[in-house]
Amino acid sequence: MGALNQRGIDLGRTDRLAGQETPLHHLDPRAKLLVTVLFAATVVSFDKYALTAMVPLALFPMVVIATGRVPVGYLLRKVLLVSPFAVLLGLANPFLDRGVAVTFLDVPISGGWISFGSILLRFVLTVSAALLLVAVTGFQRLCAGMARLGVPEAVVVQLLFLYRYLFVLLAETQRLVRARSLRSAGPAAQSLASYGPMVGHLLLRTLARAQRIYQAMSCRGFDGHLRGEILPAWSGKETFFLLGWAAYFGLVRGYNLPYLLGQLLIGGW
Amino acid sequence: MHMSDALVSPAVGAVMWLSSAGLIAWSARRVKQDLDERKVPLMGVMGAFVFAAQMINIAIPGTGSSGHLGGGLLLAVLLGPHAAFITLFSVLAVQALLFGDGGLLALGANAFNLGFFPCFLCYPLLYRTVVGSRTTRARIFTGALLAGVVGLQLGSLGVVAETSLSGLTDLPPLPFLLVMQPIHLAIGIVEGLATAAVLLFVTSAGIAVHEATGSRRTALVLLFAGLLLAGAVSLFASTRPDGLEWSIESVSSLASSVPPVSEGVSAEPAGALVQSATAIAGTLVTLLVAGLIAFALRRKAP
Repeated sequence: MGALNQRGIDLGRTDRLAGQETPLHHLDPRAKLLVTVLFAATVVSFDKYALTAMVPLALFPMVVIATGRVPVGYLLRKVLLVSPFAVLLGLANPFLDRGVAVTFLDVPISGGWISFGSILLRFVLTVSAALLLVAVTGFQRLCAGMARLGVPEAVVVQLLFLYRYLFVLLAETQRLVRARSLRSAGPAAQSLASYGPMVGHLLLRTLARAQRIYQAMSCRGFDGHLRGEILPAWSGKETFFLLGWAAYFGLVRGYNLPYLLGQLLIGGW
Repeated sequence: MHMSDALVSPAVGAVMWLSSAGLIAWSARRVKQDLDERKVPLMGVMGAFVFAAQMINIAIPGTGSSGHLGGGLLLAVLLGPHAAFITLFSVLAVQALLFGDGGLLALGANAFNLGFFPCFLCYPLLYRTVVGSRTTRARIFTGALLAGVVGLQLGSLGVVAETSLSGLTDLPPLPFLLVMQPIHLAIGIVEGLATAAVLLFVTSAGIAVHEATGSRRTALVLLFAGLLLAGAVSLFASTRPDGLEWSIESVSSLASSVPPVSEGVSAEPAGALVQSATAIAGTLVTLLVAGLIAFALRRKAP
């Protein structure tokens, strides 16, 4: 239930963050979506044992945090809440791949630890990029951007509806769960015998709600299409944003920047 | 379980995205055809319902642990496979964007594992076959349990195949499979039981469950196409051990013209210290520079 509360509250916070007024927030959502996808693709395209070569990519989330005024604590908490399936799987690597890959200050480091570190870094980079995208764009505007990029209308409308009613239904479920736990004083999870009726009732109420929503929308002339959410026009700023980051990602992917920088520092040593 | 961006290789992510995007486009067309505008708000609210239902834990008898509903099968029964797939995709997309579960590139794989199997295979081939035209409580229970278990076994198989083909973990496929399948047997039983419990309650309350004639022929065609594709991919992957990487490398000439200086896997011992010291020093400076840039660009709260 703690997790339920936390996630519910975080949703409202995400919306407030997305409502801020910064130049980054005002960019066309399409540009931000494309750069984020490009970023994730660049992260994923690195070699299994790439670790330090990927580090310069952290500049992108850092700049978004700074220019989009996203609190670092908020982001970290959300990253920590993500299910750690990938990290758990990656943890097997140090046990399986024991060949010494690097020796640093007489400490041998196996290939497994490096590839595990690589998975960890990929995890943090991709998760934070996705979370930041919504935090500086807002879900509704992001959906409008997707529609402009050619995502089928049925999918976009579906996403918008889901998001709108998510808050309502989560609050309702929270009340349901709280009422039950106050009465039962028992374990948090419940038996199958009570699960069916409880979720079933929630479903019945959901169906009734869908009916009411449909009636209300029909009264206002709904014909299967959603209108509104006027996007800013694509301008030079968007092109600059997109091409600038694309060039940076290409540079990082093509050259091992930290290594070149290190050579410069350490010189002929 | 969700596939994650951190485990997926570009080739696997792209192939899974293409498959799922095709299914989405096809489903969107089908939903638009037999729409029924009433279904628009219904699908939306049902997506939110799946989210909400996932917050309610269900005790697994005899173990002390708990699980929750996945929702793919329930949606397929209530909305029909096409609307269910789009709805489930939207749930996964929101999970990826708002909670960071999965990821943007792994979203295609997740939609396939958690949406395609229950909606397009298990629902028409298993659930509808078992339940048939005479709906009884016993048939709903058996059908949901069977479809739930098979759906999660297939989904888990998908996760293992995608993870192994991506090659980021060193887990050998067979032991990995032997760990994953029993875990997902338990999850599948919970999924089946939970779906059955909700469906039985709803039927007893007199709500008509979706009267779809979910085409079994389409399901068989999809199954056949999937097997063919899987066969082709594994053949390609086995004749060319790093075939998937190779196909990416050949696309991006940038990556192949500059051999990535990785952490010196093949470096001789003498040069290794210099090489790793160089890499580490460079990394620290890179982080410092990135931090300074971010600090300079920082916008103060109004």
